[in-house]
Parts: sequence; structure tokens; C-alpha cells
Amino acid sequence: MSYRSNADLGGQDGHGAVHPEPESDLFHAPWEPRVLALTVALGATGLWNIDASRAARETLDDYRELSYYQIWLAGLEKLLLQSGAVQANEIIQGRLMQPAVPTRSVLRPDQVAAVLARGSPTARPPVSPARYPLGQWVRTGAVAPQHHTRLPGYARGKRGIIERIHGAHVFADAHAQGLGEQPQWLYTVAFDEKELWGADTPRQHSTVSVDAWEPYLEPA
Amino acid sequence: MHGPDHDHEHDHEHEHEHEHSTLSPMELRVRALETVLTEKGYVDPAALDALIDTYQTKIGPRNGAQVVARAWCDPGFRRWLLEDATAAIASLGFSGRQGEHMVAVENTPEQHNLVVCTLCSCYPWPILGLPPTWYKSAPYRARVVKDPRGVLEDFGVRLPETVRIRVWDSTAEVRYLVVAQRPARSEHLTERELADLVTRDSMIGTGLPLRPGGTSAGASP
Repeated sequence: MSYRSNADLGGQDGHGAVHPEPESDLFHAPWEPRVLALTVALGATGLWNIDASRAARETLDDYRELSYYQIWLAGLEKLLLQSGAVQANEIIQGRLMQPAVPTRSVLRPDQVAAVLARGSPTARPPVSPARYPLGQWVRTGAVAPQHHTRLPGYARGKRGIIERIHGAHVFADAHAQGLGEQPQWLYTVAFDEKELWGADTPRQHSTVSVDAWEPYLEPA
Repeated sequence: MHGPDHDHEHDHEHEHEHEHSTLSPMELRVRALETVLTEKGYVDPAALDALIDTYQTKIGPRNGAQVVARAWCDPGFRRWLLEDATAAIASLGFSGRQGEHMVAVENTPEQHNLVVCTLCSCYPWPILGLPPTWYKSAPYRARVVKDPRGVLEDFGVRLPETVRIRVWDSTAEVRYLVVAQRPARSEHLTERELADLVTRDSMIGTGLPLRPGGTSAGASP
């Protein structure tokens, strides 16, 4: 079966207006913060990584019908089932029916502040020199791979310029598939609006960039 | 809303059952999952409470406002922020999850910056807290790369056509902070008063800072 992300929304037409909200409106139902906390806390178990969790969410069949925290909940249930940490009948019945699987650790309340402050940096020592210097013209790959990737569809097969070099970072494509970190150079690549949307789209005097790992790019 | 007394709920079965009769299907589903995960020892409910409290009361956009206000007041800090945002921001005590690799981008009379994550909801948590619903919504993610001026109008912001709009799609683990232009006639304000002018939306790029005296964001600078 082919890999399909339902989360790649950039540039799609027909989505209507954006509705601003006050800074204080973070949640819209009492279960939403609980889902957020479960998602963050389960990171400590080491049962999956952040790229695998993004892959689990973006491949939900009903992604477009769900609210954001509904996506997170469905993604969490999917990851728990995939990893064997929880069985389907346990989710349905809401109680333990099978023994737990071994995990790396369990997040305790006195660890929360330190764990959040530490985060999970993705920068790694480079294993080779960067292929592209600042100001180099590059072209992004035209064909989406059959796995999780972080090059948006609107930026595929487009010519852009290397604007920033961020060092080598954990390569999301490999990491999401459980193939290890395989660090790759990460660049900010900037595109003119005409390159992205064509000459017929009304000009906005805008430039859009994506952050792209080196394997996404070729010289242009 | 779950509060600090969350773990006691399981001790009061009658109240618990009574409560269930008024709970939404989503609430029941999340509670069921939390129960399984707690019974299996994968999560500690007290840690969940601590996480929620952290993002409701400790980590939010007032952190980022301090960073921007410092940059407005201190040219040395501004240079550091633009060169090495991760270190400069950490010097004010803000670091970690979803802000491990920070880049600050500065608005100028010629360029206005806007931040999005078209693929999910990547956002600089240590300085802005959790992303607002609109930031994660399909309309924002779909439109802001192609129609940034239309999205700005949804926020009541209209910029001169001579100003270039620079959209940063955060597709990897780099997180972006927009440093707005310091409002006019703010020379007399302290750093702390300046921080009060820095709105969350101005640090994403969908808004402008408040003017001294409290005019709402969105008006011309």
C-alpha cells in the first residue's frame, strides 16, 4: 500500500478564513489538556520517537475530519497498538488486561520541569562536509518517497536558494521508519512565490522557505 | 477540568459514576485510555497534572515577550539573538522541548516575517507555550504560504505592498521567533513595559505589537 500523508496542507485552496483567538484560549474541552499531557509523558517510555509519532498522525485516514487534539489521541492509540504496549480490547474496555511491556522510563512529577527544559536536541556532529554553500541554487526532489518525509508537496521539484545552514540533524525520514538517526545537513531553502505558485497566481511580494535535509536537494 | 485533585477522583466511585453520565464520548475515551496507561505503569497521573500546570501557568508567550523586549532595549542582546537565538534565549532561562534549535527573524521596514508549520503544528514551546488552535488549523496551514496577505487581513493586519512578506515553514526541528519592530513613541518605556506591548501573534507574525497606551494589535505600526 502506498504511503499517503493527509497532513500536507500547504498551498491548498478552499479552506476559508482563519479565526484568531485570545492568548488565553489554549483548550476547548477538558479532555484536550489530558491528551496533550499523555502524549508528552509517553515520550519518556521510548516506545517511539517524535518522527514516528508524526507519521502515525499524518497517515490517519480521517485526519481531515478530526480536531487537532482528536488527531493526537487517535495517533496515540495507533502508536500504542503498533508498539504492542496496549491491546485493542484494553482501549475499548478501559482497563489493564495484558501485562505491560518494558519501557525506558516513566515520567514522574518531580522530573517534569527538568525533562521539558532539556528537550530532545536533534543537532548531531556532521559526518561529511556540507554539500551546498550559502547562496547556492538547488532544486528539490520532484517525487514524494513512500514513507514519512518533511518536504511539503508545494515545494516539490522547485528551484530555490540556500539561505541558512543549520548543521547536521537527525534525518526525520530515516528516524520515523526506525532506521536510526542518519544525521544529514539541514538547510533553509527559500523560494520565490512565482516558482511555487506559477505566474498566474496574484503576486503578494512574498518569499517562502522550508527547512530541507540535504537528501531532499540537488544542484540547480 | 482536571485539577490537582485528579488522583482522588478514582477514590470516589459514586461521584465518578455520576460524573460519567454528563461526560462527552471524547472525555470518556480519554479517561479510559488514561486509566489503562496508568494501570500498566506507563504514565503517572501526577506527572500529567504537572505537565498541564506547566503549560497553563508557567510556560507561555510572556516568556517570548521578555526576549523581544530585551532585544529592543539592548543592542548587544539583539545581535546575539539574531546570530545564536538558542543561546541568547537560554540566557533568559528559556530552553528545551520544541525550542531546542531557535532562530530569531527580525521585521524591518522592508520585510515582515510569518511563521507556519504546514505539515503539523511545530511551534516554539519554551517561549510561546502551546500553539493556538488557529495555528494548527487547516485554513492557516493551507493559506499562509500562498496567500499571506489574505491571512494577515483575517488578523486585521494590512501591510504596505512594498513590504516583502517572508514566510518560514518550520518543516524540521528549527523553531522561529519573529522579532517585531519596536513601536513608535515607546522610547520612554521600561523593558518590562515594552514586554507588555509584545503580543503572541506578533511573535508568530500574524500580528503587530500593541502601541504604547494600549491600542490593539493589527493597526499599522
